[in-house]
Amino acid sequence: MRSVQDALTGEIFEEYAVLSVDELSRLCAVDRAYIVDLVEEGVLSVTAVEAEQWRFAGAALRRARTALRLQRDLEINLPGVALALELMEELDALRRELSGLKAGVFREDFR
Amino acid sequence: MEFKDYYKVMGVARDATEAQIKQAYRKLARKYHPDVSKEKDAEARFKELGEAYEVLKSPEKRAAYDQLGRGPRPGENFRPPPDWGSGFEFSGAGDGVSDRDYSEFFESLFGGAAGAARRGPRGFDPGRGERAPGDRAHGDPGRGPDHHAKVILDLEATLQGGSRSFTLRVPEIDAEGHLIAKERVLNVQIPKGILPGQTIRLAGQGASTGSGAAGDLYIEVDFQPHPLYRPDGRDLYLDLPVTPWEAALGGGIKVPTPAGVVDLKIPAGSRAGTKLRLRGRGIPSSPPGELYVVLQIALPPASDEKAKAAYRALADAVPFNPRAHLGEAS
Repeated sequence: MRSVQDALTGEIFEEYAVLSVDELSRLCAVDRAYIVDLVEEGVLSVTAVEAEQWRFAGAALRRARTALRLQRDLEINLPGVALALELMEELDALRRELSGLKAGVFREDFR
Repeated sequence: MEFKDYYKVMGVARDATEAQIKQAYRKLARKYHPDVSKEKDAEARFKELGEAYEVLKSPEKRAAYDQLGRGPRPGENFRPPPDWGSGFEFSGAGDGVSDRDYSEFFESLFGGAAGAARRGPRGFDPGRGERAPGDRAHGDPGRGPDHHAKVILDLEATLQGGSRSFTLRVPEIDAEGHLIAKERVLNVQIPKGILPGQTIRLAGQGASTGSGAAGDLYIEVDFQPHPLYRPDGRDLYLDLPVTPWEAALGGGIKVPTPAGVVDLKIPAGSRAGTKLRLRGRGIPSSPPGELYVVLQIALPPASDEKAKAAYRALADAVPFNPRAHLGEAS
């Protein structure tokens, strides 16, 4: 019989990660140039001017990976990816607002 | 094994042109792309779609697939004919193994790793778009690749912490060079306070190459809807039904919070939609989120004579016109 495995402990990546352009490109398994493109298109934001000094928050990993998947799977170019990401975020915010409105105003099944 | 009707998956006729197939693929890919779609089975549909397109977009594979005829009905048992594959050449230029796994049906026809190595719909067509992002070799040659996974958690996992078990499907190459999806059960301690869209990093739990150190495993989390609380960032929202007299007169009410029941004082003269804040009772963190209690006013039914009399007495005692602003119609 297999023994119950001890729970693995991990960290919340977004809470501590600060990534250089090379680290982010390694984590996304893409060329560094692709990350530079994402920054130039405004998909990822940075404060420094020189790529060597760029530092990304952990949340950039998910954003970059989503951009990569959209570009690969749907064959959209980078400005299209940037637009899709912005619209998706807006849609998420509207969905949250709508679910709040629905729950607050229309729900009658409470007891 | 289950026979797959790729034409049905793509919603095209068996005599559809290449252009029609491409068009159908593009349209359905946008609809079911897991990053875009809110459909429940989006990921499975997208995978199925990719597989169907992989076959139907290639004249050789499509011809071979068509040779099967209609075969058994979808879902019925299927075995490739003994002379299957003769006269067709499927091997393509390999570009490394992608992260996709195919159905057993696909692999029995077109092979495992050989098929997976081809640029499928998940691959990037360098002829289009601006530039191929291009899979890149790992920076550290001895180290295994990182793995990425996504799991859906209950909200309690972030509120209270605790461990959860997941089954991950990990692509692996077997001894014969086939790409197989191996199931791996992981028991993971959920960090308290993790938010939807955030990632748990498990060092050394990615793939190992045999010699070097293993890569890391990145698990992106999302939450199932909770019966009581609606998360918004670190904050939680709870809809709280109150009676008209509780709202009008105020008073103490027992309210559930993630940390247990608390007494909440309703201010006199509250209206439906009034938001009351319970500081720091949202998703734990430093600083923790807030719990917002949103009041809903529930009317008691006038179901018996006593209740009707009470409503009439209220109407007599309180001159109240909620439609005054409508002018004459009121």
